[in-house]
Amino acid sequence: MGSSKIIDQLKKNQILELLKEGKRIDGRALDEVRELTIDVGVIPKAEGSARARLGDTEVVAGVKVQPERPFPDTGDQGMLICTAEILPIAHNDVETGPPGPPVVELARVTDRGIRESKMLDMKQLVLEKNKSVIGVFCDNAVTDHDGNLFDACSYATTAAINSCKIPKYEMKDDAPVKIENEFDKPPISTLPVSVTMAKIGDYIIVDPNFDEWSIMDARITITTNSDGNVVALQKGGQDGFTQDNLIKCAEISIRVGSKIRDIIKESSSGVN
Amino acid sequence: MIKMGGRDTDIVLLDENGIRSDGRKINETRKVSITAGVLKNANGSAYIEFGENKILVGVYGPRDVHPKHLSDSDTGILRCRYHMAPFSVGERKNPAPSRREIEISKVIKEALEPAVMLKEFPRTAVDVFMEVLQADGGTRCAALTGASVALADAGIPMRDLVAGCAAGKAADTVILDVNNEEDQAGQADLPIGYMPNLEKITLLQLDGVLTPDEYKKCIEIGIDGCKQVYEIQKKALQDKYFSKGDND
Repeated sequence: MGSSKIIDQLKKNQILELLKEGKRIDGRALDEVRELTIDVGVIPKAEGSARARLGDTEVVAGVKVQPERPFPDTGDQGMLICTAEILPIAHNDVETGPPGPPVVELARVTDRGIRESKMLDMKQLVLEKNKSVIGVFCDNAVTDHDGNLFDACSYATTAAINSCKIPKYEMKDDAPVKIENEFDKPPISTLPVSVTMAKIGDYIIVDPNFDEWSIMDARITITTNSDGNVVALQKGGQDGFTQDNLIKCAEISIRVGSKIRDIIKESSSGVN
Repeated sequence: MIKMGGRDTDIVLLDENGIRSDGRKINETRKVSITAGVLKNANGSAYIEFGENKILVGVYGPRDVHPKHLSDSDTGILRCRYHMAPFSVGERKNPAPSRREIEISKVIKEALEPAVMLKEFPRTAVDVFMEVLQADGGTRCAALTGASVALADAGIPMRDLVAGCAAGKAADTVILDVNNEEDQAGQADLPIGYMPNLEKITLLQLDGVLTPDEYKKCIEIGIDGCKQVYEIQKKALQDKYFSKGDND
């Protein structure tokens, strides 16, 4: 513990020195995202899937679609649940067992970005009102951790849902029966994309890698939709942001997010 | 079909005179009252009513850290527990901490950390327990507001108080201090935690859709709401520590 703290401090000093010259430890510009590759359909048994690789951070997202009994207060809407977990293969520091607060936060921020953007038109996912609806479950498995899991999960989830297929069902004796080999396109209304920024000293950097993540003072994740509106937001870390910081961060998120949205669209072209 | 972005509802969130469902104007907070030092055993405490929200906060510490491996030789640590009583909401809430409560505990902790001078107390913990006795929308901001007062009441050195207040959007209008109805049926909720003297935002979340202009407006009026809440926080501390005996 003691020695790693000293190394973190030295690392922070080095990162700050570089930032003063406008540079980052991996050579990127302050607002530059690492290389992002997205492959969809990597898990054929899942109704939708995507592997997102953001630099050396990798996430596999799988979508399962199945009929569900609706929640009592939302019988006219389908069901959407997104989760995330960090697998022990992802990093030396990951321990098995029940998720701690950081993992709970990761899963909830991932879910919120999709849910609040209304990416899926849930009204179109009803089989029979108050009886049976279609549930869309997107589970993220972090397989390699090099910082900024929020964005990697966001991209994998959006790409997996965007490229998923919804099985067709017919109601027989009040129960949904799957019609084999018949699918609908998912009712996509927008593509939410998160952009996470770290504050280190007085600098704001986009897509922090593991080293930057471990020494940052604060972070903010801003999710935008296809219209360039802000749909979800999460601040974290032990410092705060000024009002000006927040305006600037939203502008960065809209600008950077639109480029990433193109990559996600490109990844599922030809699928739907 | 009227699409407001939120859930379908019969409630009129904003009438033609710009008055909200609970009688407030768009840029008005609910009534906030705070009492410092309400618990005997805790080192510091506060009771806050934020509209219909009723929240009790107790602070213990700086004290020994258990389990010991969590202690840090360079700094004290802050631990926060936000918890909702089973009877605090319409339908009984399972008393076990939910994922929502775990996340809120974490964001409140990170909202308070910039204010608390933890380096003064290496190897110790400061524990903040926030118990929501009644919930009516905006509990995280109310709990954060109460927690700052309780920390100050405990005599923990602080750089600033953190005040909490949400902004949001309902009936296509940017509003201050979103209540439960507006949260359920409205279009966006943006809770803010703010240190008024250091001019720093330390808690920020959003669910719901905002255009860039609405986002700016929300932050602006949210900060303004926090400044109003801050005055009430100060008054709570003044009432406890300065009002008895002399009145200056």
